[in-house]
Amino acid sequence: MSVQEVLPLNGATTKASDQYRADHVLVADMVKPGSKVLDVGCGEGDLLQLLETRGIDGRGIELSREGVNRCVAKGLAVVQGDADTDLVNYPDDAFDYVILSQTLQATRQPRVVLENLLRIGRRAIVSFPNFGFWKMRLQLLIGGHMPRTENLPATWYDTANIHFCTIKDFVQLCDEINVKMERSVALDLYGRPVPLNLPWWVWNMFGEQGVFLLSRGGGK
Amino acid sequence: MDGVKSIPSPAISADERSHEVDHPSSQVAHFGTEQPLRLDCGVDLTPFQIAYQTYGELNADRSNAVLICHALTGDQHVANVHPVTGKPGWWETLVGPGRPIDPKHYFIICSNVIGGCMGSTGPASINPATGKVWGLDFPVITIPDMVRAQAMLIDRLGIDTLFAVVGGSMGGMQVLQWTAAYPTRVFSALAIACATRHSAQNIAFHELGRQAVMADPDWHGGGYADQGIHPHRGLAVARMAAHITYLSDAALHRKFGRRMQDRELPTFSFDADFQVESYLRYQGSSFVERFDANSYLYLTRAMDYFDIAADHDGVLAKAFADIKTRFCVVSFTSDWLFPTSESRALVHALNASSARVSFAEIETDRGHDAFLLDVPEFFDISRAFLQSAGKARGLTGKKDG
Repeated sequence: MSVQEVLPLNGATTKASDQYRADHVLVADMVKPGSKVLDVGCGEGDLLQLLETRGIDGRGIELSREGVNRCVAKGLAVVQGDADTDLVNYPDDAFDYVILSQTLQATRQPRVVLENLLRIGRRAIVSFPNFGFWKMRLQLLIGGHMPRTENLPATWYDTANIHFCTIKDFVQLCDEINVKMERSVALDLYGRPVPLNLPWWVWNMFGEQGVFLLSRGGGK
Repeated sequence: MDGVKSIPSPAISADERSHEVDHPSSQVAHFGTEQPLRLDCGVDLTPFQIAYQTYGELNADRSNAVLICHALTGDQHVANVHPVTGKPGWWETLVGPGRPIDPKHYFIICSNVIGGCMGSTGPASINPATGKVWGLDFPVITIPDMVRAQAMLIDRLGIDTLFAVVGGSMGGMQVLQWTAAYPTRVFSALAIACATRHSAQNIAFHELGRQAVMADPDWHGGGYADQGIHPHRGLAVARMAAHITYLSDAALHRKFGRRMQDRELPTFSFDADFQVESYLRYQGSSFVERFDANSYLYLTRAMDYFDIAADHDGVLAKAFADIKTRFCVVSFTSDWLFPTSESRALVHALNASSARVSFAEIETDRGHDAFLLDVPEFFDISRAFLQSAGKARGLTGKKDG
């Protein structure tokens, strides 16, 4: 599977509503109604609430106690847990979709986490900030310092994000562990999908984040 | 040493307490010889009775019933003035008008556990075979026995599925036992500050309490009722030791520190110089006014024996296989009796069963007792969980303040 084959696909029909984040709406659009979903790193439960409005049975895991308690106080089925250590407790095929939204880069073992996502869920939806984004590249190239953006404002010494990757890197990892990319979308800084007709390197350059719908590949 | 006061004698007489045992001021469900309670120890307990309180109205669908399970030394008087002590209900922070469990919306049931001493059959009750108080002739009971008896009460009340079963500590154990034994009869379960098994440390503390009771010469091998006395000193010591485990180092320090009780200087005696000593003695003496010593032995034993996994081939997840019940598990950071790790083990098992579970650990320095105290975050979580479950259950239009 090459990068060109998997990148420009359909699914870029979303628009950000006032209430929900653009990437959340995009992710929610990838989930079939009536599914059972696990949101790993669900934060304060915004995506789970959006899914709930669509009649989707959502569960969540969140690392921070404050985040969990706010979710539970919203009536959401969320437990305190760590993507790196607690996914092993879930049985195979427990969910239709497992979502990892803006969290992959904060895990200790992204590859193991990704493999677990596709063990627990028949499909996985993964979004992450693209370190190949032009602003990142420019800060390193011209500024000579570790990049910081509006969405990733932390300095290198206090960031929770320890495993940054580019869209290209991620596609390569999926290829390596035999994960099939069913849909993929890159969003620009304003949450708008990068136009479909552009070549993949444009995505890797102008996509501020990538959103991928994944499933298990055939036997290898 | 003259002038040293030991634990004061109870202000309420044994008669007042024992009256509630056989003639409770609650409603009572009697189960005759045609409906024995089959106990885990192999004995059929019959006849027996369950004393219970209810609040609110059962709706037409019979779908709004909430069962509250009380803890070790609690009883059915969850949200009304206690008939013996005159104190407010033990969980009025959670249950009552305007509270998360509001009788305006729910039909709330709370029963005294089997083995208790507030009107349900227990060691302080009269054994119909002898006409005397059961004492140690009463069969040893377990948490599953308590729940089996509650299920008979729920049947009697004509309720098939409980909207929620709610409890903390030993009450939480009953909640979990309900879901394991009757998964289809529990729509939602709120299990607070509890565990799926009693730890070695907790068994050790219970053994300490039991030995304190049995070391009191007034215990008379469990036959004190026939002598018209009560081993209140031993029971008070048991309560004092247990009470320490319900608090935390930080809470004790904040509440009492090293402050003196009504004096500036130490008396160089074994009187209660420190406020914390005075507090503990008060806890001990007020407890014996309302609790039977043998009942304390039986209920602590029931908790010791509790181990859900052991009843399911040692695999906890098997207890909850394919369960549809919605769970909310709550623990408190400073609870060292039922620490968060116990709740987490439960949550892992529920996850492995793909159960719908919420789990929150609440930050507080108030120890195990936090579940009975005014902890707003806990109420917010309980309220939201029950409202969300209510929506799923079709109890609509029931938003409370």
